[in-house]
Amino acid sequence: MIAWTIYITFAGAIVLLVLPRVFARWIALVTATAGFAVSLATFFCDDVDLAHFTTIARVPWVPALGMNYHLALDGISLTLLLVTGIAAISAVLFSWDVIDRANEFFFWLLLVVGGSYGVFLSADLFLLFLFYELVIVPKYFLIAIFGSTNKEYGAMKLTLYSFFGGALVFLGIIAVYVSGGSLDLNELAQFQFAPQLQSWAFPVLFLGFAVLAGIWPLHTWAPTGHVAAPTAGSMLLAGIVMKLGAYASLRVAMNLFPQGFQMWRTWIAVLAVIGIVYAAAVALRQRDLKFVIGYSSVSHMGFVLLGLATANVFGVSGAVLQMFSHGVIGALLFAVAGRMIYRRTHTRELDALAGMNLSRALPFAAFTFVVASAASMGIPGFSGFAAEITILIGAWKSYPLAVWITGAGMVLVAAFTLRALKRTFFDVDGESAAPSNASAARTDVKQMPAPPAQITSSPERSIHLEPITIPEKLGAGLLMFATLAVGLYPKFLLDRIQPAVEAMRFLK
Amino acid sequence: MSYLELLKLAAPEAIVVVAALAVLTIGLTTARALVLGPIVAVLGVALAIGAVVMLPSHANLFGGMLVISPLNSLFKIICLALAIATVPLVSSEKALRNPGEYIAVLLLGSVGLMLLVGSEELLMIFIGLELLGLSLYVLAAFDKADVHSAEAGLKYFLFGSTASAFTLFGISLIYGMSGTTALAAIGQKLAGAPVQPLLAVGIVMTLIGFAFKIAAAPFHLWAPDAYQGAPIPSAAFIASGSKVASFVVLGKIVLVGFGPVHGSADWHAMIAGWSPVLAALAAFSILLGNFVALAQTNVRRLLAYSAVAHGGYTLLGVVAGGREGFSATLFYTSTYAVTLVGAFAVVGSVRRETGGDDLQNFSGLAARSPFLAACMAIFFLSLAGLPPLAGFFGKFYLFSAAFRAGANHGLLWLVAVALFGSFVSLYYYLIVLKVIFVDKKPESATAGNGPDFFSRITVTLLAAVVLVLGIMPQTLAAKIIASLP
Repeated sequence: MIAWTIYITFAGAIVLLVLPRVFARWIALVTATAGFAVSLATFFCDDVDLAHFTTIARVPWVPALGMNYHLALDGISLTLLLVTGIAAISAVLFSWDVIDRANEFFFWLLLVVGGSYGVFLSADLFLLFLFYELVIVPKYFLIAIFGSTNKEYGAMKLTLYSFFGGALVFLGIIAVYVSGGSLDLNELAQFQFAPQLQSWAFPVLFLGFAVLAGIWPLHTWAPTGHVAAPTAGSMLLAGIVMKLGAYASLRVAMNLFPQGFQMWRTWIAVLAVIGIVYAAAVALRQRDLKFVIGYSSVSHMGFVLLGLATANVFGVSGAVLQMFSHGVIGALLFAVAGRMIYRRTHTRELDALAGMNLSRALPFAAFTFVVASAASMGIPGFSGFAAEITILIGAWKSYPLAVWITGAGMVLVAAFTLRALKRTFFDVDGESAAPSNASAARTDVKQMPAPPAQITSSPERSIHLEPITIPEKLGAGLLMFATLAVGLYPKFLLDRIQPAVEAMRFLK
Repeated sequence: MSYLELLKLAAPEAIVVVAALAVLTIGLTTARALVLGPIVAVLGVALAIGAVVMLPSHANLFGGMLVISPLNSLFKIICLALAIATVPLVSSEKALRNPGEYIAVLLLGSVGLMLLVGSEELLMIFIGLELLGLSLYVLAAFDKADVHSAEAGLKYFLFGSTASAFTLFGISLIYGMSGTTALAAIGQKLAGAPVQPLLAVGIVMTLIGFAFKIAAAPFHLWAPDAYQGAPIPSAAFIASGSKVASFVVLGKIVLVGFGPVHGSADWHAMIAGWSPVLAALAAFSILLGNFVALAQTNVRRLLAYSAVAHGGYTLLGVVAGGREGFSATLFYTSTYAVTLVGAFAVVGSVRRETGGDDLQNFSGLAARSPFLAACMAIFFLSLAGLPPLAGFFGKFYLFSAAFRAGANHGLLWLVAVALFGSFVSLYYYLIVLKVIFVDKKPESATAGNGPDFFSRITVTLLAAVVLVLGIMPQTLAAKIIASLP
């Protein structure tokens, strides 16, 4: 049944091209909801064995080359399917105002979602790679056509980084295919690859996938891409696409090459810790709200990679939980920054926003952003805390030093999050109302007809902005509910993730 | 062997020749050749395909001069299908003054393709090459009013005739060494013999002619001008049918005829033979083609350099050798040809509406004609090797065959070069698509009446083929594998 997530989403995408534009957003919403409903139904009532990568569909595809249309499911995939569904629904809700070329917009959006469902469910390496590469082009068009700041540059950079990672993965997959003589992930997971092959094929494969997970120093596509993307685009990038890389690293690279993983995991941990601290430090100095969030994504994905590198049940389960958690939180942050703030004020400059007294003008946005920031900082009660603490417990067993450095990094995360929060919503006095000259160089600010910063430097007057619409409230509500639910009761997901992680080979 | 039997076995070729003569007559007698010519040509070629299907599965005439085997028949069908796809493009070339003659020459070129594909004997192959080449020179230079077309034809002719001379010289050396011109017999004669200098010269000279045909660097210099200057259908035909047939023959010559002097292109373990030569050509083509394509602002020129790169990828399968490598090459070159005819069809429509084929002529195509834009996206993304299109599977097949071939993954270097090249290539394909989908259409552009009926059908079919071969590659791959001995 779970395979229908893929079919429904692609069918929805095709229907979008045929029907007139007025239906576009409704079709997209129905499709995304249906996909989520299918995963949710599976989560609650299906009796699939989630502890193992259980086959749910297997049809010969290209028998001559041993390719099968093979889908399978376990707790890890299911968790990621859920977050895909949540991010998809909220992305559609936050794109409710897209009118121009709406069919095309939602078409590309659904292709990203459908391809992601495909990656999470594929049990055939070629099929997985097909879905993985399928996501690249829709991202490009989503950003290049519908994006904002520097969109063509951002889109091209993101696409080329993805495709570069894809080329590495391509090489790794061919090596697996030729040496292992199969493309079936479950069969390959039993196969003993030669250590010499593992020593070079693992880093190629892992790094190729990790480009999409934002591994330092190949992370720079992420902030640029996020900033250039339309709101829904950034939400999908943060919510789903970065997870594709992390998931595939785990499912393919680590699971197939356990020895290679052992050889290289310390280096992965080093890169992950650098990523966490470096991205947080960079975020502290950003002037554009979306850049802050973009770098925070890189920092949070660093936790995922650190969790994977620990090679124990806690760390890896925590990494999967963090994928879910960051998917929800990242989407929420981008929704506030992109739709609630930028669409109304036409600026994302922290200096310009500081004078607008947005907490009065947009109280709901302020509330949402506070929740999202709290979750992002890792306040207990939200999913971020549950995930990061699990990762750090795991890391303590493998790399105690990494935990100390990461701890310092988390202070930085709190610092930049609070700074962004304060500057955006709660800077009531006019101390920073005078925008610095540097920020005026930004194109967005220049395009503004009248900088609201000057009108509203006094706290009493709040500028009139379009109120938050119902679709936005629904989308934000869904995301906030998800992060709270998982934060308060992480066992709910962990119970399904942990057995699946324990079944993986690299732990043994 | 009676002549009646020969006529039966050569019926497809005969039918195409008759169709060519019929079209020529139509062109001379009526003024409506632009409409009637293509119809008669398509019918004739379709009939020839039917005749190919009716042929017996195995036959061998005159020591390999005309060989009928499942492989040859399959590729005769593919070449004829490509000719069918090219013919409708003629009707959208309003500038052509004598469409009847043009189509007739195109059909004669198709006969050259069939002779090339259907022969396993060096002399006959050479005759096929020449028949094909002469037709293509005429086709390239056909637009007499256009100086670029004349330039394209002249360049193509000069390079082509030089390359033919090399090939003929190489063949004569091979004949001198082995005393035969039949490929299978050459293979037997060369077995066990060391690679003498004379043999090496013969092999390299023979290969040069084919490197020219497939536009492998450094024998690609004609390609950019021919692709850009020649009339659209000629360029499409040069890029598709001619390339497919050349790869089929090249594969047969090196794998059957020169099989014993395979050599090795493995990293650190190169052994003299033809495979290191082809590997070097492949690597050079991939790098040069992709990097030079980055700088192009004319879409046809860009396609030409990308063709150089794709020739390089396709050579990987030949270098890998064996059944798997050769079938990967054949799959890739067939799907590539289909894609390129489609791309040229779209370029032709754009050229007719906007009067040019530079990048800026494509801006805002998505708003002007969503249909053409979508088809162009399918063709270009397939060229870039993105799923779920034919190029993606083709590359996977090709690269995995190459990776498997060398001892201890010795061809890894070539695969890495190819992957790097295909990474670079995405940039220029995306730039074209960006211009089509993102850029606004220029104010001056008038909303044209879109592509005419024939080219619209053709483009749709070709795009569908690219998509279907990407989703169900089995349909073609299984046939190719089954047809290889």
